[in-house]
Amino acid sequence: MRWETFAHDADVGVRGFGATLGEAFAAAATALTAVITDPHRVTPRESVAISCAAPDYELLLVDWLNALIYEMATRHMLFSHFEVEIADLQLMAQAFGEPIDVERHQPAAEIKGASFCALEVSRHGDEWLAQCVVDV
Amino acid sequence: MELKSLIQRSEYEWEVPKEGAMRVPGVIFADRELLAAMDEKVREQVANVAKLPGIVGASYAMPDAHWGYGFPIGGVAAFDPDEGGISAGGVGFDISCGVRCLLTGLARQEVERVQAELADRLFARIPAGVGSTGAIRLSDAEMDAMLVGGARWAVEHGWGRREDLARIEEGGCVAAADPQAVSAQAKKRQRDEMGTLGSGNHYLEVQEVAEIFDAETAAAFGLRLGEIVVSIHCGSRGLGHQIGTDYLREMAIAAPAQGISLPDRELACAPLSSPLGKRYLGAMRAGINCALANRQILTHLTREVFTEFFPATTLPLLYDVSHNTCKEEMHEIDGRRRRLFVHRKGATRAFGPGHPELPPEFRAYGQPVLIGGSMGTASWVLAGAAGGETRAFGSACHGAGRAMSRHEATRRYSGRKIVDELAARGILIRSPSLRGVAEEAPFAYKDVTAVVDAAHRAGLARKVARLTPLICIKG
Repeated sequence: MRWETFAHDADVGVRGFGATLGEAFAAAATALTAVITDPHRVTPRESVAISCAAPDYELLLVDWLNALIYEMATRHMLFSHFEVEIADLQLMAQAFGEPIDVERHQPAAEIKGASFCALEVSRHGDEWLAQCVVDV
Repeated sequence: MELKSLIQRSEYEWEVPKEGAMRVPGVIFADRELLAAMDEKVREQVANVAKLPGIVGASYAMPDAHWGYGFPIGGVAAFDPDEGGISAGGVGFDISCGVRCLLTGLARQEVERVQAELADRLFARIPAGVGSTGAIRLSDAEMDAMLVGGARWAVEHGWGRREDLARIEEGGCVAAADPQAVSAQAKKRQRDEMGTLGSGNHYLEVQEVAEIFDAETAAAFGLRLGEIVVSIHCGSRGLGHQIGTDYLREMAIAAPAQGISLPDRELACAPLSSPLGKRYLGAMRAGINCALANRQILTHLTREVFTEFFPATTLPLLYDVSHNTCKEEMHEIDGRRRRLFVHRKGATRAFGPGHPELPPEFRAYGQPVLIGGSMGTASWVLAGAAGGETRAFGSACHGAGRAMSRHEATRRYSGRKIVDELAARGILIRSPSLRGVAEEAPFAYKDVTAVVDAAHRAGLARKVARLTPLICIKG
């Protein structure tokens, strides 16, 4: 499982790779946190349950990231560890993190939403890729 | 962008010729240099918007256009109410993000004497940055009243003055907002975000009127050389972001059933005449009102801080513009007045002189158009140009646009170094996040002057005044 962010004109893209779809989605979620802060600075001491369902895997990725954006915004939390299971276009997950500590986390920017821009969920050999651009 | 695929209409106007499924041509307003620096995606997105049903005239891009979501950022497109659609992507996540400018009547020297203390007090009073919360908590009924009333609601609750409203587009309250079309999640996201600035490129700046280009218009706008103004750039906060999220998804899923074939899923739209289109319109208007109320509350907080230092100041509002909207407007097309729905995504309404929607005192000069720069450079006040309505439905640019990615900016500059360098130049930055400052480094943005010059020369808006920062509160 690995993740990265990528450049977009005004915003930033998040990209996750994994041996399973769930791992790729978890990695993309870590990249989402990296847009805001260094994920290593976020202690995974509280968990939040998230579930969503969508007509296809690409929309499911957008829904998953938007669910995290919503939980971050309404709980004032950041997340750094994710356990994701996906079956039949249904996602069940636990996101682990802690309340935002501005001094320690130095959050750079809040994320407004996950977009359909550069949206892709695909399999390349043994590896899944999940990515999209998020609006900051 | 490859220039050879475009037809040059004039020095500042370039046509994307109509081809394939395009219903109208595309038009990009820019000089050769700005155009060459634009991503190829801008041309592609301008062409894609031109394929949407019911589009009228042309698919336009402003001089600061860049790669957006479906619509280019800096895109303008108008649709027929019966045949056309409304697009959540054509408005964006930050519904009614915009800029307002307050006049202080203070000379630079007066503010310089208290600059550091004023910066600290503004930073203490204006909630800014990720996770920051406002002091206002609204009941469900009050939230709905705010979504219907906008800045008018805020003024009725003591955040501002009645005379502010005439200086806001639509008198501070867009009609026919529908709070019932706004999800419970969107309202929950807004619960503690009223009166907050946000983060990213949002800011509150104390600025000096550094240069005047049109003395008569500047005088009418109340701008005097060497005097101080306050500019606030922010939007509809979590509520608007969630409305964008909710409807982008719903429109993308519903499009095939609505008979809409989208060249790109990001262009998700719904017919204006459909229940979904009407619901989004009602929700988006509620989002506009939320942004107007939010900027009104921030105005009140700013005035309170200034009064602590300068008891006689009242900080009248110069004007408030929104640059992410879809508005119902009357425009003349082929000699006929038509009702149209004009999307402006990263574009500012810029009605020219004589437009009936302008406050009487501005009618001879055109609408004030407020353009944000980066924190180390300049912002601008323009005025809607005569004939602008025939060029791009009375629209102009909205800002500088990024020149480099956030990652690249943080790789090249440290937030601390930027804060120190700007302080040495007399610009005080206050922000909860040094990384946030690095991502918003002045060098990470394009030259706003080139964008403004192109808008001026293309006849979209006239240059009135250049503003330079003394204090910048960043989220």
